[in-house]
Amino acid sequence: MEIDANNRLRIAGYEFKSRLWVGTGKYKDFIETQKAIEASGADVVTVAVRRVNITDRSKENLLDYIDPKKYTILPNTAGCYTVEDAVRYARLARAAGISDLVKLEVLGDEKTLFPDTIGLLEAAKILVKEGFVVLPYTNDDPIVAKKLVDIGCPAVMPLAAPIGSGLGIRNPYNLKILMEAVNVPVIVDAGVGTASDAALAMEYGADAVLMNTAIAGAQSPIAMAEAMKYAVWAGRLAYQAGRIPRKLYATASSPIEGML
Amino acid sequence: MASATVTIQLNGEPRGVNEQITVSDLLRELNIKPDRVAVELNLEIVERQMFDTRLLKEGDRVEILSFIGGGRE
Repeated sequence: MEIDANNRLRIAGYEFKSRLWVGTGKYKDFIETQKAIEASGADVVTVAVRRVNITDRSKENLLDYIDPKKYTILPNTAGCYTVEDAVRYARLARAAGISDLVKLEVLGDEKTLFPDTIGLLEAAKILVKEGFVVLPYTNDDPIVAKKLVDIGCPAVMPLAAPIGSGLGIRNPYNLKILMEAVNVPVIVDAGVGTASDAALAMEYGADAVLMNTAIAGAQSPIAMAEAMKYAVWAGRLAYQAGRIPRKLYATASSPIEGML
Repeated sequence: MASATVTIQLNGEPRGVNEQITVSDLLRELNIKPDRVAVELNLEIVERQMFDTRLLKEGDRVEILSFIGGGRE
């Protein structure tokens, strides 16, 4: 493998420079959103689809701050708990006119926001058939991930921990098995708390990491966004470089020869 | 000024609009640029090229949506 942490990530004809993908929720305002995204170096940003505010038209539009020519806009189906809702929101996102990409979420319950993987598989099947590029938010379950790929998802997005929890990677072994089990890019999505979590995900072999709260919720979102950029880059490079095996006992680095 | 009006459900709220209004007319009236919104009429998406011709009638359920900040719920 050629060592190049900057090599492009390719998914279904799309090409991405950055392996850090970011969400646009929970920021103080659009200026902060814009600055944090710029500092993160991300070229994929997720957005939600919601009703336009009819009564107050003075509200600005997110896309006035996040230029769709500069970033790949990845609409999600966040907040959808049924197959019907997720499919409906995906179609609306496509109609709103940016692309056929969708980050598909079918959530199981409000307390955990864990994916309802049965609903997810069903919704993915429908949307793939309709020509969507479906990037599914899923559990760290290798079997479900394989089924999503079989359906036609060109990448999978397993969680590291519950959305917004900041717990980091709760099950690195499952995640590693998942990465071996599928032959498509794996984007670790949700649960990252700080830079080391992102670096770890990349060291395990993730193709990219998606986060929102870890940046937007940090005391200084813009500084954290920059930290994440380097963490993802360092983790990617370390993965490509190939780490040393873990051993129980010491191995001296200095030669014995020449000692007194 | 006695043009007839009909009542539609717009984003969940009743709203009186002129008879013979199209989706484009409605967006103009609401000061919404058509290029970044999705319009759903009675649970079916109205393709953008149909905005100019699709007429609204009494009782229609219209949803206008766009992208907002969101990443993880």
